[in-house]
Amino acid sequence: MKKNWWKIAAVVLVLYSIIGGFLFKVPILPILHETIRNLYFHVTMWFAMIILLFVSVWNSVRYLSGFDIKYDIIAKEAVNISIVLGLCGLVTGMLWANYTWGEPWPNDPKLNGVAIAMLFYFAYLVLRNSIDEEQKRARIASIYNIFAFVMFIVFTIILPRLTDSLHPGNGGNPGFGNYEDIDNNMRIVFYPAIIGWTLIATWIMQIKIRYHTLNAFLNSNTN
Amino acid sequence: MKLIHEIKHLIHKEFLLEFRQKYAFAGVLLYVFSTVFICYLSFKKILIPANWNALFWIIVLFAAINAVTKSFLQESKGRQLYYYTLHSPVAVIISKIIYNSLLMISLSFLCFFCYGLLIKNIVQDIPFFILNITLGSFGFASVLTMVSAIASKTNNNFSLMAILSFPMLVPMLITLIKTSKYSVDGLDRSLSYPYFGVLLLINVLIIVLSVVLFPYLWRE
Repeated sequence: MKKNWWKIAAVVLVLYSIIGGFLFKVPILPILHETIRNLYFHVTMWFAMIILLFVSVWNSVRYLSGFDIKYDIIAKEAVNISIVLGLCGLVTGMLWANYTWGEPWPNDPKLNGVAIAMLFYFAYLVLRNSIDEEQKRARIASIYNIFAFVMFIVFTIILPRLTDSLHPGNGGNPGFGNYEDIDNNMRIVFYPAIIGWTLIATWIMQIKIRYHTLNAFLNSNTN
Repeated sequence: MKLIHEIKHLIHKEFLLEFRQKYAFAGVLLYVFSTVFICYLSFKKILIPANWNALFWIIVLFAAINAVTKSFLQESKGRQLYYYTLHSPVAVIISKIIYNSLLMISLSFLCFFCYGLLIKNIVQDIPFFILNITLGSFGFASVLTMVSAIASKTNNNFSLMAILSFPMLVPMLITLIKTSKYSVDGLDRSLSYPYFGVLLLINVLIIVLSVVLFPYLWRE
């Protein structure tokens, strides 16, 4: 029980963000209106995704520095979960865009960057599946993962800032932080939601890592 | 100093190999020329700058994939092992990047020439457009060299080559299409500077990553 407190915290925080997200007061703004509540879901899922991708690339680096297969399993599972989070973020984002910008896929550098980033990580999974030998697969996948992450940062964080984007914080559009859009009422839901989704993702990841580690152990014993 | 010497030798070797297997280079040339010719037959003349520009870069993109893919795939496992015993991995990857960049730059110039000849040259700021082509080919070549190295380690390398390289090339392609559109329209040059910055940044990042990661990839 002592070790599991964060799982309870994950459930409580996500439940809180869902209930609070739908019921608490939000500022009334033109165009956005009630859709601003999507901030609690769309943005927080993306945050959790980026955190997990960072975990993944960190473990890839650790794999390359010691060639311990354990780190490769973590890297792979982190990518898997972040793809799920990324797709959820994409769907919620499209819903939001449909009601505020008029169409689900407006031509926006951030959207395109994210679509490309998803392609990167799908390519990562395809690459993994095309190599049979375990150590070799781990090594090559780690290299591609590091490559992909650096490019992902460039394409989704640096590049959109140079061009006009519909998203806040890009190309002259003020971000939520220095805008009075997001007031303290929203912050008390927004930050816990980020922590909640990250913890939920960590929990799923932990289960999957255990499953794969056990599988690897069983395979090595039967051979 | 030793590294520069090794790189020189390896580039010399690449040229020699290319010269001995002329059909490979001739094949790529033919590919570029026939693509441009097909575009000419289907469009005759393109007078809208946006379309002209986008089509040009798409041709260059596919030519690049065709030209650079072979850089690691054509060499047998045995020969790669032989290089491994002779040279440092950093020298190998740098020499390949330099060689492929030279190859790509000459190919894209040729492509620009044919394209301008057949589908009318509407570029207003030619020196800057050429600068764009140089930066672009250099970027394509460095990305594709590293991806080709990764793909050569897998079982079905040709299809993986496309899957792995497209996500990396597309953002570069978008940036290139944007800057070169400015030179096609003959707009003020200062507009393209931030994009040049991005292209240079991507190139530097890719080369640094290749140099750092290639030694790990190399190891069998």
